[in-house]
Amino acid sequence: MEFARKEAPYLSPEASVPAMMLQVLLALVPAALAHVWFFGPGFIFNLLIATLFCVGGEALMVRARGKDPVIALADYSALVTAALLAFALPSLTPWWVTATGALFAVVVAKHLYGGIGFNVFNPAMAGYVVILVAYPMEMNLWVAPSMGDIDYVSLGILQTVTYTLTGNLPADLGFDAISRATPLDAMQSGLRNMQTYAEIRTNPMMGDFGGRGWEWIGNFIAIGGFWLLIRKIIRWQIPTGVLAGLLLPAGIMYFIDPGSNASPGFHLFSGATLLCAFFIATDPVSAATSARGRLIYGIGIGLLIYIIRRWGAYADGVAFAVLLMNMAVPAIDLVTRPHIVGHPRGRTR
Amino acid sequence: MSAPTYDLGKLHGGLRLEANKAEATSNPIQPMPVPDVLVLPLAQHVGEPSQPIVNVGDTVARGQLIAAVEGSLGAPIHASSSGTVVAIEPWPVSRRLGSRAPCIVIECDGKDTVFASANALPDYRQLAPKELLQEILQGGIVGLGGAVFPTAQKLMQAITCDLEYLILNGVECEPYISCDDVLMREYAREILGGARILMHALGLEVCFIAVESDKPQAIQRLGEAMAELGDERIVLKQVPTIYPSGGEDQLVQLVTNLEVPTGGLPSDVGCLVQNVGTASAIYDWIVSRQPLTSRVTTITGDGVARPMNVLARIGTPIADVVAFAGGYTERARQLIVGGPMTGKSVTTDRVPLVKATNCVLVLSEPPAIGNEMPCIRCGNCADVCPIQLLPQQLFWYACADNEKKLREYGLTDCIECGCCDLVCPSHIPLTADFRTAKARIQELADEKARAERARSRFEARNERLEKERLERVEELAKQKDVAKQAGPEMIAEILKRKQQEKDKD
Repeated sequence: MEFARKEAPYLSPEASVPAMMLQVLLALVPAALAHVWFFGPGFIFNLLIATLFCVGGEALMVRARGKDPVIALADYSALVTAALLAFALPSLTPWWVTATGALFAVVVAKHLYGGIGFNVFNPAMAGYVVILVAYPMEMNLWVAPSMGDIDYVSLGILQTVTYTLTGNLPADLGFDAISRATPLDAMQSGLRNMQTYAEIRTNPMMGDFGGRGWEWIGNFIAIGGFWLLIRKIIRWQIPTGVLAGLLLPAGIMYFIDPGSNASPGFHLFSGATLLCAFFIATDPVSAATSARGRLIYGIGIGLLIYIIRRWGAYADGVAFAVLLMNMAVPAIDLVTRPHIVGHPRGRTR
Repeated sequence: MSAPTYDLGKLHGGLRLEANKAEATSNPIQPMPVPDVLVLPLAQHVGEPSQPIVNVGDTVARGQLIAAVEGSLGAPIHASSSGTVVAIEPWPVSRRLGSRAPCIVIECDGKDTVFASANALPDYRQLAPKELLQEILQGGIVGLGGAVFPTAQKLMQAITCDLEYLILNGVECEPYISCDDVLMREYAREILGGARILMHALGLEVCFIAVESDKPQAIQRLGEAMAELGDERIVLKQVPTIYPSGGEDQLVQLVTNLEVPTGGLPSDVGCLVQNVGTASAIYDWIVSRQPLTSRVTTITGDGVARPMNVLARIGTPIADVVAFAGGYTERARQLIVGGPMTGKSVTTDRVPLVKATNCVLVLSEPPAIGNEMPCIRCGNCADVCPIQLLPQQLFWYACADNEKKLREYGLTDCIECGCCDLVCPSHIPLTADFRTAKARIQELADEKARAERARSRFEARNERLEKERLERVEELAKQKDVAKQAGPEMIAEILKRKQQEKDKD
């Protein structure tokens, strides 16, 4: 009997990139539902537009690079980029803002660097930073969470679609009527206006730890993140590093001066802290690879988030922190090379 | 009796693989009848191929020497049964490069006559270690764990080192393979006997027998045999069931917590590792005077009807082994000699079972996996690498053909265990790529050495020419001197003589 010749090992790998990406998407579903619950249907439109432009941009770039778009799209990584971008956007965002971010993420940050596996920067964060700088007004239009007892004006589905497609609010509503400062904004400006932390927390938008609604989304993100940890899609070092890097300095500062510093609990449940720890910083392509390296990378991101929030011009610093640490990855990888078994111990060159 | 546990070293990474061993171990070892034809490759070991000392047409008996050691590294080959040598010619064999190799083909007469002259040996304890090693060399014994390094030469090298431990390797960590497991169950006494011979030959006082925790029956049998023997120098060590803890260097690390230095041998850290099968073969030769002419082999996988362990003659065609195990099932698609992680795939079952063949694995079509994708730097590979290499970096440098970085990142330390392949979500054939890259940097090193040799030859030539030129100058000066002293008449005479010589030519 004759047989085909193959190369060892003959057992098949179980994990696959598309399966990993799908599980990441699945882990985001609870948080996405919560987002829609608290901030209205805008998230869904943002997600659709981001997906359309991420997938379309990827298909065009892959084609331009002479490869089969079907195979490239089948890894679902463009969908993850779109989802992360959608989570970063205010629920009311005009389509061209989302499209700019999505296209920059996929075309420039991903494919101009060589596509999946070769991108130095986290695509979603690169796209987000571009629109944050390019469209500061639109990116500041956050609506208040729908919590029943808060006095707010919310838009219906039709009005949301209209705004998303045209950038026009209903005639009777001004920009100021629906937009609210995010809890992070309120905290930053409040503290800088010499209000105390306790004072700021009396604002009805504040919840148990972070902002109302926001902290619930944070809970669901954490649940998804723990599920990814259990599934071994992500490892503990990066989430732990990010949270430790943010919460330790926050805790120390809060302990020293609880009046003029936000509590670690507030930092944990505000902004994109949990999304960053479990879903953004854990993008393997743009993160450090060794176990020690991942911890250092995570801690660096956490520290930078704290520094930007506490002393920077932006209310949240996740995107900048991630991009800055992306730049540090080659250096981290170099200095955290593990000891090769059988080689002399001590300093490596 | 449960095995005593001792402090164990730590092994990085590794995989807990589905064992798939129960199918073959449910029955005792099945002795195979003598086949019609035996095919004995001349190179069944590391080193030089052996030299045939029989001719086509000769009749041979079981245990008769048919090929002798050629060169300083090798092992003799004995006829596995009686019959007639019908050919000495290239035949398909299982190995990575090239599919054919010279073999001695014996048509068996079925009588299995034993070769007479194997003289009895006095009690090995009467022999000096050196003599004992010489004796082991004659038995054709090679490492039966799969490395097939000639055992005698391994021992001769080790004896020059400062040895402390003999480690018998009963850690059969690769899935499907169970020949060592059943051997330990059924030949525990022989294995211990072999261990004592080795200890005597090497002058060692400590022997660890390492067995994986998933082999309770083997552990129990060895424990009973040890109690019977009452030799306290032999200690059983139970090691966790993690692939690839049975690799030689990995086992040393696990048992002694010492790392075998890069490019070195276990003897550099005072250890000598032998497979349990090798120990049993040494016992068979030294005590029972039976050279290595048969071995226990696992025949298994979903491609054979009745998975089992067989005691087969070295040289039995694999087709015969499969037939003995009930033949192929309809699903049989892959034929692998060795295990599913490190074995060699062969295209035909005409290849013979050799000294290295611990397993014949017949598998069905592997499940379709997606396309190979770019590395996403997930680091799963680095997590499982027992050498703590960074396969994702090595892959990167292998693609870039960056020899310097490949060496710096330890490509040559890769043991090709295949763990990284199995956890790669991008389905990159890392191990195969590393094999190619290793061959490539070896090639570059050879090229460099060749260039270096050419350069030194060229320099030597220049030096020689320069020396000759100087000698000529000196000679000429000397002649001039002589001529000057002799005066013009003499010069004229010399010139005349030279002219005459010229004319003659």
